[in-house]
Amino acid sequence: MTCLATIQDYGLRAIGIGERLLPKEDFTLCQQFTLIGSGLIWNIYFGVLALAFGFFIANAVALAKSARSPWLRKPAEWFVLVFRGSPLFIQFFLAYFLFLTLKQAGILTWLTSAQAGALVVLVLNTAAYSAEIFHGALRSVPRGEVEAADAYGFTGWSRFIRIIWPTSMRLAWPAYTNEAIFLFHATTLVFFSGFPAWQQKGDALYYASYFADKTFNPFIPYPIVAMYFIIVSVTLIGGFGLVNRRLNRHLPQDRRSKLKYRPQIIR
Amino acid sequence: MFSFCADPAAISGSKWLACYLTTGKHVGLYWSFVTVLVLLAITAPAALLFGFGGATAARSHFAPLRLFGKFYIVIVRGVPDIAFFLFFVIALDQGFEWMRHQVLCPDWSEPIRQGNDFRVCPAAKLPLGNAPQWVHEVYGFFLAVLTFALVFGAFAANVLYGAMQAVPRGQMETAEAYGMTHRQTFWRILVPQMWVYALPGLSNLWMILIKATPLLFLLGVEDIVYWARELGGSKQARFSDYPHGDWRLWYFLGLLVFYLAFTKVSEFVLERIMRRLSRGQATVGAT
Repeated sequence: MTCLATIQDYGLRAIGIGERLLPKEDFTLCQQFTLIGSGLIWNIYFGVLALAFGFFIANAVALAKSARSPWLRKPAEWFVLVFRGSPLFIQFFLAYFLFLTLKQAGILTWLTSAQAGALVVLVLNTAAYSAEIFHGALRSVPRGEVEAADAYGFTGWSRFIRIIWPTSMRLAWPAYTNEAIFLFHATTLVFFSGFPAWQQKGDALYYASYFADKTFNPFIPYPIVAMYFIIVSVTLIGGFGLVNRRLNRHLPQDRRSKLKYRPQIIR
Repeated sequence: MFSFCADPAAISGSKWLACYLTTGKHVGLYWSFVTVLVLLAITAPAALLFGFGGATAARSHFAPLRLFGKFYIVIVRGVPDIAFFLFFVIALDQGFEWMRHQVLCPDWSEPIRQGNDFRVCPAAKLPLGNAPQWVHEVYGFFLAVLTFALVFGAFAANVLYGAMQAVPRGQMETAEAYGMTHRQTFWRILVPQMWVYALPGLSNLWMILIKATPLLFLLGVEDIVYWARELGGSKQARFSDYPHGDWRLWYFLGLLVFYLAFTKVSEFVLERIMRRLSRGQATVGAT
């Protein structure tokens, strides 16, 4: 079987298109590259959607955390504490069994699938981590900028949306880039934590561990996963770097905040 | 456990719960908490040691060693940690068996990798085929600890590398001016001073390590996640004295609370250590 045929059969296997049965024996390098690559579709799906939804929730939570009223502040603090203080792995399990219980009661039955349920957990989790970053950024907006805004007669919402929020985003962006990278890494946990891979439609690491189990040789599939994730990380850094450039475009070159790749954060 | 537990069908309410929570299986759950704590207690110093080695290697003047140190730091950071956990457990196991195979059975002619099998001679098996159960468990735990130490060693290496760079250059130059050798400057000037720069990173790492402990489950150790799944699953009256529905939700809620409390307590303790260590130092946090 040529590699092209393998790609046709397994290139979209992770979303259920193509050959139904996974390869059983005589695994070729091409099969491993193709299947693990097709699993990456799910990692990207979880990562992109969680980032997109999480960004807005995170901003809301960060604002609530900076609010003066304890009715807003306390729930936000608890939300951040619970999701940052406990392992993502346990959160996945807990959420899955919660959704199972709900399903038995007949509400929100679609949440037990990994595609929906795990996404909810990831959105909330990244929202909590990002909210902490944004909250820190909101607090470190230079006082002078706020005073200048006051002097120009900006008040309330327009002061926030025109002056404070853009600056806070600019300050938060390097840390937020790291958060995005580790969110993508965290997506590999989904199929190891209760959520079932229905019809063996799993993510990159799911297929890698499938190959490692079958061949009893970890030295091929896991480096393939590593390679794919390094590509994803580099792409993310590139994309976020563009946004960072735009956020910093009004500053002189030497005062722009650079993106730095910082130590790993496991959830 | 208690004398009134003799007839589970006759009791109810809090008595039932007290009996239920002290069954043999639950004691297994409580011991697995100890497993987690033991893992933390062994892994933290081991990872620190690996990290120290990695950081020193990355600063070495000998180019291959420096490259190795930098590679160790970069590769573990760039790849999902779970991939590393899954990889190292098998890779280490096979590595050990392969080394023992080379030493113990030099005249073994068959290839080790036969298709989808990894075959070493029986004498090189780890643990030996006839070993008692506890040896298997201890070996599995040992592999898990080593895996954790390797992965977290890389994170620690990154932190310590940064901390070593952060020690003011003037300190080192002064030491050299006093005629200290390279080795002396390293051990007497650099190492004692780097901790205060490393501590924020290391305490962050400790939090991460706590939150990584449930991954033991993926490494095949019977840890708290394993027991919570086992015990929480629904039990029928035919198979158990204490039948109940699907309680996994509550068991995992318990685990969540455990981890929250653990991270909260650690945060408190680390704060105190930091305040203590930064006394008399020329940093912003010092008093």
